[in-house]
Amino acid sequence: MIRKRQTGSKRAPTISTASLPDIIFMLLFFFMVATVLRETTLKVRVIVPEATELQKLEKKSLVSYIYIGPPMPQYVQQYGTAPRIQLNDVIADIDDVIPFVESEKAQLPEKLQPFMTISLRVDTGVKMGIVTDVKQELRKANALKINYSARKRVHEL
Amino acid sequence: MPRQQKKRELPEINAASMADVAFLLLAFFLMTTTMNIDKGIMVKLPPWDPENIIDVKIADRNVFTVLVNARDELLVEGEPMDVAKLREAAKEFIANPYGRPDLSESPQKAVISLKTDRGTSYNMYITVYNELKAAYRELRDEAAMKKYGVPFDKLPPDKQKEIRKMYPIKISEAEPEAIGEQISN
Repeated sequence: MIRKRQTGSKRAPTISTASLPDIIFMLLFFFMVATVLRETTLKVRVIVPEATELQKLEKKSLVSYIYIGPPMPQYVQQYGTAPRIQLNDVIADIDDVIPFVESEKAQLPEKLQPFMTISLRVDTGVKMGIVTDVKQELRKANALKINYSARKRVHEL
Repeated sequence: MPRQQKKRELPEINAASMADVAFLLLAFFLMTTTMNIDKGIMVKLPPWDPENIIDVKIADRNVFTVLVNARDELLVEGEPMDVAKLREAAKEFIANPYGRPDLSESPQKAVISLKTDRGTSYNMYITVYNELKAAYRELRDEAAMKKYGVPFDKLPPDKQKEIRKMYPIKISEAEPEAIGEQISN
């Protein structure tokens, strides 16, 4: 017995790595579930303001995004430096907001349409004028649930 | 014969490279995804109804006017104010704990009117809006603590509804056409 054990331990010193893929797969699944695929490439710079009264956006499928901010450096030649509106992947004008909302609404099942939320991701430096115009268009399009995207504020006012 | 026996002893496949494949996938997902937990301030806009603008007369004492100009300066009830003090001022106005005649009659009747300029920065607007919302949230929390001993968020839905009725959020943003260049809504 003793002799046999000794020879066995000398022969097989390797550690089994068979469970390593399982661990990695677990990590992989965690990231797949916890993250959202980036759908749009931002053409405008958006740094959202800070606030404390934040609420989470629950259902991702019910949320459509409108970005407002100054165009990114590579688009400055094309669009200038003044803040612009981005809908999906294109920089748009104020008149495009209503058709955009309608098309986003049409993609949802009818039962869920009243719960559609528009998330306004607006850069801190933007003036209220353009934001107000967008809000008016949203009211006209009857998309009344909106969310001003913001970060958690850590320091005191 | 000895060769055959050896062959039977090695039936397993080397799984060491499985980990590499999985790592590759993991790296891909890490790169292409963003961990954005989307948060923000929820707002319900009033419906668009230009034909039926109802001119509701509200007593002056029940309206808390907050004005922000193009230089991001704050004017509350006609007095300049620092934004850090806005929350307390709004809370005092809504609850009116000492029954002052110049503040709201009751929290249900209190209306906060917020007007911004087209030139106001979005950052300032969000800060002000956040403070006003925070004032309501704090009042609700205080009421919930007093009545049930738990914060508002922890209450069951029916009790939340009750507290919500005690302190209904009424933040009105002025109609753009009413004030010409000073637009908000």
